[in-house]
Amino acid sequence: MFHHARKVAATVAASAMVTSTALAGELVINTDTSDPAPKAAFEALIAGFEAENPDVTVTWNLFDHEGYKTSIRNFLTADAPDVANWYAGNRMLPYVNAGLFEDVSDVWDEHGLRESLASAEASMTIDGKIWGVPYTYYQWGVYYRKDIFEANGIAVPTNWDEFLAAGNALKEAGVTPITIGTKYLWTAGGVFDYLNLRTNGYDFHMALTKGEVPWTDDRVRATMANWMQLLDAGFFIENHAAYSWQEALAPMVQGEAAMYVMGNFAVAPLREAGLSDDQLGFFQFPVINPDVPLAEEAPTDTVHIPANATNKEDARKFLAYLARADVQTEVNATLGQLPINKDSEVGDDKFLQAGYNMLSSTTGGIAQFFDRDAPAEMAKAGMEGFQEFMVKPERLDAILKRLEKVRARVYN
Amino acid sequence: MTAPTASETTKRTARGWWRQNQQSLAPWLFLAPGVLMFLVYVIIPIFQSMNISLYDWDGLGERVYVGMGNYVELMDDEAFYTSLKNNVIWLVLYMLAIPAGLFVALFLNQDVRGIRIYKSLFFFPFVISQVVVGLVFSWFYDPSYGLMNILLGWFGIDAIPVLADERYVTYGIIAAGLWPQTAYCMILYLTGLNAVDPEQIEAARLDNARGFRMLWYVVLPQLRPATFIAVVVTVIGALRSFDLISIMTDGGPWGSSRVLAFYMYEQAFSEYGFRMGYGAAIAVVLFLIMMVYIAGFLWKMYRDETDR
Repeated sequence: MFHHARKVAATVAASAMVTSTALAGELVINTDTSDPAPKAAFEALIAGFEAENPDVTVTWNLFDHEGYKTSIRNFLTADAPDVANWYAGNRMLPYVNAGLFEDVSDVWDEHGLRESLASAEASMTIDGKIWGVPYTYYQWGVYYRKDIFEANGIAVPTNWDEFLAAGNALKEAGVTPITIGTKYLWTAGGVFDYLNLRTNGYDFHMALTKGEVPWTDDRVRATMANWMQLLDAGFFIENHAAYSWQEALAPMVQGEAAMYVMGNFAVAPLREAGLSDDQLGFFQFPVINPDVPLAEEAPTDTVHIPANATNKEDARKFLAYLARADVQTEVNATLGQLPINKDSEVGDDKFLQAGYNMLSSTTGGIAQFFDRDAPAEMAKAGMEGFQEFMVKPERLDAILKRLEKVRARVYN
Repeated sequence: MTAPTASETTKRTARGWWRQNQQSLAPWLFLAPGVLMFLVYVIIPIFQSMNISLYDWDGLGERVYVGMGNYVELMDDEAFYTSLKNNVIWLVLYMLAIPAGLFVALFLNQDVRGIRIYKSLFFFPFVISQVVVGLVFSWFYDPSYGLMNILLGWFGIDAIPVLADERYVTYGIIAAGLWPQTAYCMILYLTGLNAVDPEQIEAARLDNARGFRMLWYVVLPQLRPATFIAVVVTVIGALRSFDLISIMTDGGPWGSSRVLAFYMYEQAFSEYGFRMGYGAAIAVVLFLIMMVYIAGFLWKMYRDETDR
């Protein structure tokens, strides 16, 4: 969910990019990888591709995150590049349905990607066809202040009771258990995803985000009841609706809060803010219902070929190149994320290793993220409801009814 | 003397036609570029929006005709009523910029050393971008590090998370908006005050008018043109309030600070939106609200013109 990161900065400096149409042997790539690490990763990636294919010249148009979400709709229809990055799951559905992405099943067959990228095949498949190539993903979980836990004699919680006990111990020590910033809503979606995955499991979670289960279902209420336990016990920082996710890092850095339910991209800013690896740790979201197999959240980033691309031949070469094990190793080393290719090597960073170990042993299923699994409209209404619930839990009934109304309309 | 040839005759009549109608045609020719732009960028899009509002359309795929469906849904949409209510609050409270601007203008309308610098400083908030104003006020309101809550802390009052509380959020944003808007009204009144007739002031003074009575009966009537423009720009400013909301709260918490313009944007163009038809329906409603005001404005213009 890193693409939400620079909302304000992006609005301030909404950059206008000029796309150019491809000549023969010229490959036009549009991406929104404008943060330092992703930018460096793509620079190296493109340089490597050009070195192996001297006859291809790459033109790379770099967009800012927020601008890209609007631009992609325009350039896919009007002035298509040959390659564009986007996200797996439901986020690519509108473009696939509108016939704007190219079916790249042939690339997968030709280069044996069904085997090497097997873990992501399901999230790339719509109507039995594969619509892009995934190149990176990252784990979600609980990032915590190891030193604060140790100072208060708290062990890493593995189940719900231990989690509640750990939180209460932190509260007694004057530390808020969990920090969160819900101004841009999606962070609350992450908390809901994990509570629901642990309470009801992956299949139910997917059925819910696909609109097959009413929001007023008792199982949803069970998830919300667990959330309510955290709210009643005052686990979350106050005034979280006023903060972005970056602003919510501050209490954790200052030791006023001890945990953050987040994606792995939070590690870099936490380190930059001065937390050492002795102070910062990661654990898997604790078990709530022991009968439910553990599912995890790991959003996947992808590249696609627009249906209106002019140089599809070289674009296919580029996708195949990006799918290769050694290339994914290198890209993800720069990104600080996990490669999809099963033959790639994972960086020796302790959080990457922890994420890799957790995800490769996951049996319960891997979810993308609330706003990638649910359609846009449902996601927006849902996350808004979660934010409201976190501040006004007494409105639960009204919120669930409202979400049910949205569900009835969105999925028809 | 020979008779003029046929071609000379047509040339002369052509020139004669132009000469005859020059007076009435020239204004239209000069207006043509403006009229064309106005048609292409304002009038035609209004009708296009009305048309789109009858469809269910994501901007990419097939348009599905739904008739009044979008409007029916709008009538049953809590978020729409929240936005509408906030629009009214904006319209009413934004008017405070006018008396505030007048007050500042009266205060600054004096001859002291460096008055131009003070005037520029007071005008400064209007010059900087709304985005910057929004950021400055978000920091001012920040519950843990913001200046406002530090000040409140000195008086033993607990921090108020203005932008995270549905009760205060709209007022908090309006307060931020009033800052540049007051500066704008101030500059309008300052220029207006330059045109106030000193003889009338003198006469009023001889008649023993001073203070508030002087302001109300002598100065304000002469400032009527300035007041009129100030009302116009303030109403427009209130109805198109968008940037501040986008920067300060993104419409939150849970959508309680949205106004119609923001809701329309959210539905039609934002990350989770792309419901062009529904967004267009909101735009049409906003247009109708503005129409009430625009009609009043045009009527007053017309009356003023014909009075002469």
